[in-house]
Amino acid sequence: MRARVQVFATCLGENFFSDVLKDMVTVLERLGVQCEFPEGQTCCGQPFYNSGFQSQTLALARNWLRAFANTTGYIVAPSGSCTDFVRHRYLELFPPGAPEHPQVEEIASRAVEFTEFLTRVLKVTEMGAHFPHKVTYHAACHSLRNLGLRDEPKLLLQAVEGLELVPLAEEETCCGFGGVFSVIYPEVSRAMMDAKVKNIQASGAEYIVTNEPGCLMNISGVLQRIGSPIKPMHLIQILASSKDSSRPSP
Amino acid sequence: MSAIPTHIDFRRNVQSVEPQVPASVRKATTRFLDTRAAVVDVIGQESWQALRQAGHDVRLHTINHLDYYLARLEEEVTRAGGHVHWARDAQEANRIVLEIAQEHRVKRVVKAKSMVTEEIGLNRTLVDAGVQTLETDLGEYIVQLAGTGPSHIMVPAIHLTKEGIADLFREKLGLDALPEAARLAALARAQLRQEFLAADMGITGANFLVAETGTLVLVTNEGNGRMCTTLPPLHVAVAGIDKVVPDLESLNVLLKLLPRSATGQKMSAYTAFITGPRRTEEENGPKEFHLVLLDNGRTIILQDEITRETLLCIRCGACLNVCPVYNHVGGHAYGFAYSGPIGAILLPQLVGTKVAADLPFASSLCGACADICPVKIPIVEILLRLRRRVVEGDTVEPAVSPATLRLGVQMVARAMSIPWLYDLAGQLLRIAQAPFRRGAWLPSLPPPLNRWTMARPLPALRADWRAAWRRRTPEGRTRQRRIRIALVAALASAAAYVGWRLIQRQDRGE
Repeated sequence: MRARVQVFATCLGENFFSDVLKDMVTVLERLGVQCEFPEGQTCCGQPFYNSGFQSQTLALARNWLRAFANTTGYIVAPSGSCTDFVRHRYLELFPPGAPEHPQVEEIASRAVEFTEFLTRVLKVTEMGAHFPHKVTYHAACHSLRNLGLRDEPKLLLQAVEGLELVPLAEEETCCGFGGVFSVIYPEVSRAMMDAKVKNIQASGAEYIVTNEPGCLMNISGVLQRIGSPIKPMHLIQILASSKDSSRPSP
Repeated sequence: MSAIPTHIDFRRNVQSVEPQVPASVRKATTRFLDTRAAVVDVIGQESWQALRQAGHDVRLHTINHLDYYLARLEEEVTRAGGHVHWARDAQEANRIVLEIAQEHRVKRVVKAKSMVTEEIGLNRTLVDAGVQTLETDLGEYIVQLAGTGPSHIMVPAIHLTKEGIADLFREKLGLDALPEAARLAALARAQLRQEFLAADMGITGANFLVAETGTLVLVTNEGNGRMCTTLPPLHVAVAGIDKVVPDLESLNVLLKLLPRSATGQKMSAYTAFITGPRRTEEENGPKEFHLVLLDNGRTIILQDEITRETLLCIRCGACLNVCPVYNHVGGHAYGFAYSGPIGAILLPQLVGTKVAADLPFASSLCGACADICPVKIPIVEILLRLRRRVVEGDTVEPAVSPATLRLGVQMVARAMSIPWLYDLAGQLLRIAQAPFRRGAWLPSLPPPLNRWTMARPLPALRADWRAAWRRRTPEGRTRQRRIRIALVAALASAAAYVGWRLIQRQDRGE
């Protein structure tokens, strides 16, 4: 039986990292999973909720539920943060008794983060990826702490042929993105990401990999600013690399 | 001594943090976290998690039944010969302590480390009334000399270097000391010894108050707390009403959690159990014992079911140690007594969101604090609840943010929840970004987006996923063509409309 999943693009994903989404579909199709993209989806509402505009989140959450209603299969996102938001926070936005509650239970519980889907649902780590480079991994806060994905992303990286995974000091320390935090307190955000980048540089890796578009946007911005040769990548892009695919550098 | 602020501007405070502060803070917090990890390893993760849960449960139970346990506590303290005073707010607590001091003609006060007296600004009240008031915890002694408040709830002078402390001793005490921890401590000890002997009154806080026995528990490492409570003839303890624990059995759980989380010790050097004043047959201890129980906003905190858990805090400081924000800015950036994640949730509730609206946003919501908290305070949940209070208002306080901002955000949120409009906006922004674009990046954007680009460039908006997806199938390609045509038509008509208005304006000769 061919598995079918719904692509949950996320707003950062579709607006800034369409390559990651294309690679996500490529990897899933390689594993025999059929992908669908419900066009009604927009933003899950997390940026509004986390900024305190929690009643304004409802319209976005309702639209998200509408978009994924009448679909089947897991809802797969390239982001642990957005996955966590719809899976856990929607239950609070629409508590038992709210008309949307049954829908939340049915739909939002199908949301999974990409590495979670591979390792916990499909139970695969090996998918013929080939990436002969030195790579280090940054653990994204919400994947790590809210979804409990500590080892899974690294297991996937370790299974990539030719890839050498080198440790990152303070791997689990926030990179300073934090959504609205990064624009309210740019100086603090900057100090946090400078510390992160220092550790990345000290790791000796050619590539810094994470599974969160927010962190990727933040970290790649700093690397660009300082003109670092270290290349940032979403974990999905590594898994999509194969022996015959010549990767343009991101 | 920090005055109770009228407005906390976190960003401005951050900008004035002295450059050596993060390194000093970092050095100490790293050491505490390392020793903490080692003692937790000894217990084992599973038992530690069970202990945290037990700590959470006993604290929550107590907070939910404060009325019962506080009454019991008062009864037992009184039975042991102590005097219990109730203070609604800071002013009342200060007045009570000052009255006790004046009644006993107190000239010199020695104080053990206490965050709650920092919260009420007790030192200022006493000093203003002519009572010499001396901090005897080494860190507090140092920040008192410096004329600032503590920058960490466990380690008040964490922001200072040994060199800075040596300079301070030279400047304020006229003492020449090498910048070595042991020498500096010895100097302070020599200064303090005389003060302990001469003091008329000792003031302490409380780590815990045991309702069952009326016992005040003090957890310290320097022994100064014990000096403050045994040498002077009068002992006054000030404690928040949240400090009560039901019995010795529940205390046992918390005493396992506190030193391990705070300093990575299995047990602190001194754990003092004080039940009432000196008994007739005893030789040591104060003749009189007073306990001032302070509300100062705590009963308001109880009103909200989620933020209520702020009161579970046992002031270990682990959330500060692990917080990446705290580590980069230090404690003074939070503007008042409590700092770090616990400060960010406690201060807005103690001094009001109007004063401390900035603080719930001073977090990247990474969650490291909630993970390390020994009593499992859901700090991230509380931060989010307080952000809502600032922006939208709730049953506890009205909104601080202007209604116009809410209206603007509402319009954006509504627009983004309409799929075709969301898609269209992406396409329009992609065109609009052209003047700012340098290759794949937007290095500098106008306000408010400059708040992002002042720290790092933004990747150029691509917004090309939907088009790419549609191109995968013939039906999709047709759909994409239609959307394209609609977009071009919309842009053309917008251009035509603007042109027409310009012509009209020229015709009118404006």
